[in-house]
Amino acid sequence: MVTEPILIFDNVSFAFDDKEVLSNVSFSVQKHESICMVGPNGGGKSTLVKLALGLLQPCSGTITVLGRAPEKARRKIGYMPQYLQYDQRFPVTVLDVALMGRLSSHGFGFFSKGNRQIALKALAEMGVADLATRPFGALSGGQRQRVLIARALACEPELLLLDEPTANVDPAVENQLVEILHTLAAKITVLTVTHDLGFVSQLVDRVICVNRFVKIHPTSEITGEIIQDIYGGDLKMVRHDHCCSEQGHIHD
Amino acid sequence: MTDFFITLTDPAIPFLRYALIAGLLASVAFGVIGSYVVVKRITYIAGAIAHCVLGGIGAALFFSQRYGLHWLTPMMGAIIAALAAALVIGLVTIHAQEREDSIISALWVTGMAAGIMFMAKTPGYIDPMSYLFGNILMISRQDLWVILGLDVGVITLGLLFYHKMLAVCFDEEFARLRGVHTRFYFLILLCLTALTIVLMIRIVGIVLVIALFSLPAAIAGHFSCRLWQMMAISTLLSMFFVTAGLAVSYGPNLPSGPTIVMIAGLSYLLTMAARMIWKKEQE
Repeated sequence: MVTEPILIFDNVSFAFDDKEVLSNVSFSVQKHESICMVGPNGGGKSTLVKLALGLLQPCSGTITVLGRAPEKARRKIGYMPQYLQYDQRFPVTVLDVALMGRLSSHGFGFFSKGNRQIALKALAEMGVADLATRPFGALSGGQRQRVLIARALACEPELLLLDEPTANVDPAVENQLVEILHTLAAKITVLTVTHDLGFVSQLVDRVICVNRFVKIHPTSEITGEIIQDIYGGDLKMVRHDHCCSEQGHIHD
Repeated sequence: MTDFFITLTDPAIPFLRYALIAGLLASVAFGVIGSYVVVKRITYIAGAIAHCVLGGIGAALFFSQRYGLHWLTPMMGAIIAALAAALVIGLVTIHAQEREDSIISALWVTGMAAGIMFMAKTPGYIDPMSYLFGNILMISRQDLWVILGLDVGVITLGLLFYHKMLAVCFDEEFARLRGVHTRFYFLILLCLTALTIVLMIRIVGIVLVIALFSLPAAIAGHFSCRLWQMMAISTLLSMFFVTAGLAVSYGPNLPSGPTIVMIAGLSYLLTMAARMIWKKEQE
């Protein structure tokens, strides 16, 4: 069955002042696909996300989201920004934050009961419903990431854009997040940005490698060479799917 | 202190009553808008708007005396200047790529300088001190009605847009992605800030008005986990500071604006100290 792709980048280039950040980028994301975007810091991942959201305009090329221009489609996108520098003492509760996903350009005063239920459901989906009345600033890093994903889910999105969801969390929390994202990916299209390659292979169909240029790989093809190609440097790979004794390996 | 309460109920001496009523009315707007300003971290913008108001007051005095435009009251000049400053600063902040603080500082000082120059050239003697630091003797019955009108308007808009303002203050980019016109709400917030500043100028003056914007909200921030709680607590604190300041200053004939601000400042420092001690105890 051929469906209209959810997200299409067609020959897109973008530059900040004179510095080219993305060069002739073309790719598309199909419905219900689970995609990971990797690349070094400053490689253009976040720029690419902001272009998809219509927060930045491409210098050339076209971007289509859900068959429309990004600005028109953005209400159907659930976005979780990268490590927000929130004021620790900002007086909001977890539910207040989740409810921000239910905002719209019209409507004043209070949120309707329906909107509150959607926000609560999103919190429950992320396993943080019991924290609803807690101050957002008092949460741990992992809880905060979950609340921010819940806020993105409260938008009832067709496309979920997560920018570094595993940043600033410890490995145990990271594993939980991976599991949660895995369940989400079954229902909606998820595009995750990460610099964490271990994260990649576990849950995605395809990997988009961004370092000014874009290369696409099915996950099975990710090898040391490809990684070196993307990151450009001398990179040591650690294989997580392979156990060895405490003394380590004996190489012959 | 008893003098204060006797005077307050004396029908022949209305000015203290007017000052107290004006202060209590303005406290509500200060609690609501001040909380937005503090969590959005734009007290320096509020400071710039406040100082620009002097330009408007000076211009109003000058033109009304010189050209007989008696409808142009200092209050009206203050409102026009405050709104103009809010819009200019807002647009600069939205559109300037960098160094917006330089432009804000420039407006801050030129607004004040213009005010003093206008006042110097206005026929008759005008004491800039009463505008800079407040003078409760200047509050008229008519002022009270203006204050009441502005107060109701500011509070209504401030509460009507509560959820959108909260989202804009917390995460502007996300609010924009939800279709909220964030720039519009930012400008509205600055305009409401401007009008709120005008409310308190008679009582504490241009220079000190920022204290009542930020200090009650800063103290309330320690005791609230939701924005509306912060608004409620800072409204009550602001009411307390105004009442206590007027009461304390009346007997020994101290300037009331600075007394109000001094009480607010000391309360803030005491709260901080108490918190630090309490935290140490917890460890």
